[in-house]
Amino acid sequence: MDDFLAARSQMALSLGFHIVFSCIGMVMPFFMAVSHYLWLKTNAMVYQNVTKAWSKGVAIFFAVGAVSGTVLSFELGLLWPTFMKHAGPIFGMPFSLEGTAFFIEAIALGFYLYGWGRFNPWFHWVTGVVVGISGLTSGILVVAANAWMNSPAGFDFVNGQYLNVDPIQAMFNKAWFSQALHMSIAAFAATGFAVAGVHALMILKNKNVDFHRKAFKIAALFACLAAILQPLSGDHSAKDVAQRQPAKLAAMEAHFRTEKRAALVIGGIPDADAERVNYAIKIPGGLSFLAHGDFDAEVKGLDQIPKAFHPPVAITHYAFQIMVGLGMAMLLLSLLYLWALWKKKTDRSWLLKLFVVAIPLGFIAVEAGWTVTEVGRQPWIIYGIMRTADAVTPMPGIAYSFYLFTAVYLSLAGVVVFMLYRQIKMVDQLYDRPQGVKEYH
Amino acid sequence: MLTVVIIFLWASLLLYLLLGGADFGAGIIEVFTSRANKTQTRKTLYRAIGPIWEANHMWLIIAIVILFVGFPAIYATMSVHLHIPLTIMLLGIIARGTAFSFRHYDAVVDDMQHLYNRIFGISSVITPLFLGIIAGSTVSRHIDPQARTFLDAYIFSWLHPFPIAVGLFTVAICGFLAAVYLVGETDTPSERQQFVDKVKGMNILAVVCGGLVFLAAYWEGIPLMDWVFGHPLGLLGVLAASASLVLLWYLLLHGKGTVLRLLAGFQVMMILFVATYRHFPNLVLLKGGGYLSLLEHRGQDKTIQALGLALLLGSVLILPALIYLIYSFQKKEPKQAPVY
Ligand code: HDD
Ligand code: HEM
Ligand code: HEM
Repeated sequence: MDDFLAARSQMALSLGFHIVFSCIGMVMPFFMAVSHYLWLKTNAMVYQNVTKAWSKGVAIFFAVGAVSGTVLSFELGLLWPTFMKHAGPIFGMPFSLEGTAFFIEAIALGFYLYGWGRFNPWFHWVTGVVVGISGLTSGILVVAANAWMNSPAGFDFVNGQYLNVDPIQAMFNKAWFSQALHMSIAAFAATGFAVAGVHALMILKNKNVDFHRKAFKIAALFACLAAILQPLSGDHSAKDVAQRQPAKLAAMEAHFRTEKRAALVIGGIPDADAERVNYAIKIPGGLSFLAHGDFDAEVKGLDQIPKAFHPPVAITHYAFQIMVGLGMAMLLLSLLYLWALWKKKTDRSWLLKLFVVAIPLGFIAVEAGWTVTEVGRQPWIIYGIMRTADAVTPMPGIAYSFYLFTAVYLSLAGVVVFMLYRQIKMVDQLYDRPQGVKEYH
Repeated sequence: MLTVVIIFLWASLLLYLLLGGADFGAGIIEVFTSRANKTQTRKTLYRAIGPIWEANHMWLIIAIVILFVGFPAIYATMSVHLHIPLTIMLLGIIARGTAFSFRHYDAVVDDMQHLYNRIFGISSVITPLFLGIIAGSTVSRHIDPQARTFLDAYIFSWLHPFPIAVGLFTVAICGFLAAVYLVGETDTPSERQQFVDKVKGMNILAVVCGGLVFLAAYWEGIPLMDWVFGHPLGLLGVLAASASLVLLWYLLLHGKGTVLRLLAGFQVMMILFVATYRHFPNLVLLKGGGYLSLLEHRGQDKTIQALGLALLLGSVLILPALIYLIYSFQKKEPKQAPVY
């Protein structure tokens, strides 16, 4: 494996790993806060149990999220020193604010996890909410930094020099809002479906049904709301991409030739050499409408962009199809659930089974979405300014580092799954005891 | 603003060394505890570091962010030439952080605990060792931007006696800090005695490793003697550190935990001060006499301005909360049994 490819793969692996934990770290505190709130209001033990069971899971995810994030902040330099040398001072603003947000999150989590019975119950509850808000804030801030790579702003690029740096302007670049919005909703959808699905599975297995039903409902409601909003925000993102990164849009849609009344291409196998997509469903004018809100608008194709600056079309196209396809599936499931809720039929086993199937969908969509964003930006690391190949570390042997980190991440993922399995297996022993029996630990 | 940023950089390094260091030290001590006492030690340990564990490690991230935003050339050079020790340190951080939380949040308590403990212990030694190696390499003039061969550029930038001695010294300091910290957490005289012995052991280890650092410096021609003793300020630092050490030993058996901690923290602060003030503003000394300076190799003014403001804003928000967190968990037992 050549070093450049290894560096890209290692970056993708680390980010793809971190994103799972950070989504959960951002969203679970909100679920906990709701069930905690219900407990404080109704005094029903089951809500306290749900909250505590979730908070244990969150502690595990948080720790893994924190270490994988720490790794990332070093990896930016270890793998892309040239990029960081120039970009650091420009897009650093969100990172320095993010430091604060993480810190607050870590402190609030300390209060929350270790604070049972120590503080005023509402103070304790508020610390949980603070965990969620600061987590979400940090997510938004990092995404703003990423958005800057897509839509560089806040400096003048003159003869290879980065002059008149303005970090604030860089943070509020053109892409930050659409990306941050879409990412935040995605985190809710992905985590919501994953959590709801696990509880649905337990209900189907007839274990601690009351406990799991309560947990399921909280997670499912969040998930469904997010899944309904997601396509709207996605549409906004797509229009945004059409404006600022026509090459990415063209790759997403495998849109080779510039044309008016451009067709929306669904599925299919792009053939980059022949510049066409085989076996696809085409909706005439669809792309023009989605990208510019007008069936007759002209959509720039890859032919307008020099070959050297084409992103990998097939990967971007497939990833985009996967994201949108899963987004539609989750949307349907959400509507179905809301309908069942209205008809009071949420206990139907076919519905629960669909939720079990949906466990991984959100996260697959998240990974696919990031693949669209990141691969679609290639060959640029800073869009239009610096090429990824020029940013990579001069150190040889990155392939070994990639193998090492792959092994580490794989085993970590394995252990986390194992821990969760044990966590869920213990629910009845931990939380289903008759009143008055001592705590497990 | 530049001053603010530099102070924050120094302070976050110090705090990482003190808080993160005590945290590593807790793991180091566990490694050096006899089997019979391990469980008790672990309990004390967890009670002491559990709540603030996550926050302790944020200081490293703050330092890194300051470095890459404010002083990108320094961050880039270190990332390239110290890639290998940085990677090892990262692996240590991953292993340690996850083992720590796994062993406390695993719902089932069984043989897996041994594995978590073993990983926790080993990585508690490796991480500060490499942290020290990295720190040692930055001032020992081994980093050579002009290096031609792989060995010169990426291995001999750090693989030398001096950085390794600094690494060992860092490990000893961490152990020492943790032992002092834990003396204040003990409940019974016998337990206290146990940790007092650990303080003494770790202190002796630190002195031995400190000696190694001087030997290695002499061997490699690093003017450490001059940095430490060549200037009245350095001498003052050394004297202050020694005086507080004497006081610490005197108070070990009966003194209040807080006083002991402050004394130990003060010593480490003096050590960091003595180690850094003489080559300020140069953060990295390069082979052949070059250097990377905090004053010359910094980002543009607007960046420094914004970074400084972000840090000030952050500390206004963070410090009260952090202090309240530490304060809250100083009060020993909660009113009602906690879940974990
Ligand atoms: C649950 C996950 C999920 C779902 C269901 C969707 N997305 Fe998405 N999408 C993401 C998760 C995601 C993401 C992982 O969060 C990305 C990557 C970068 C970003 O900001 O969000 C993303 C990026 C992303 C981009 C690229 C943005 C950029 O490069 O700036 C576009 C154009 C869309 N999405 C469009 C859509 C559309 C039209 C959807 C219709 C259903 C959709 N997404 C569903
Ligand atoms: C967490 C979600 C993310 C995922 C899954 C992700 C995924 C990826 C992938 C697949 C690549 C490789 C692209 C290629 O080389 O073909 C990549 C590269 C990269 N990403 Fe991301 N990314 C994420 C978020 C971010 C964020 C938030 C940042 C920065 C703030 C970022 C910075 C980079 C950098 C610097 C590279 C290397 C240069 C490049 O290949 O363009 N990524 N990422
Ligand atoms: C889309 C991409 C990203 C999102 C949404 C995201 C979000 C988060 C969140 C919510 C956390 C808190 C941990 C948790 O609750 O589990 C976290 C942790 C962390 N992330 Fe990311 N992150 C992203 C990418 C990155 C990148 C590119 C970096 C580094 C440059 C990074 C650095 C960190 C660090 C250092 C932590 C640890 C903070 C702590 O100890 O609490 N993240 N991330």
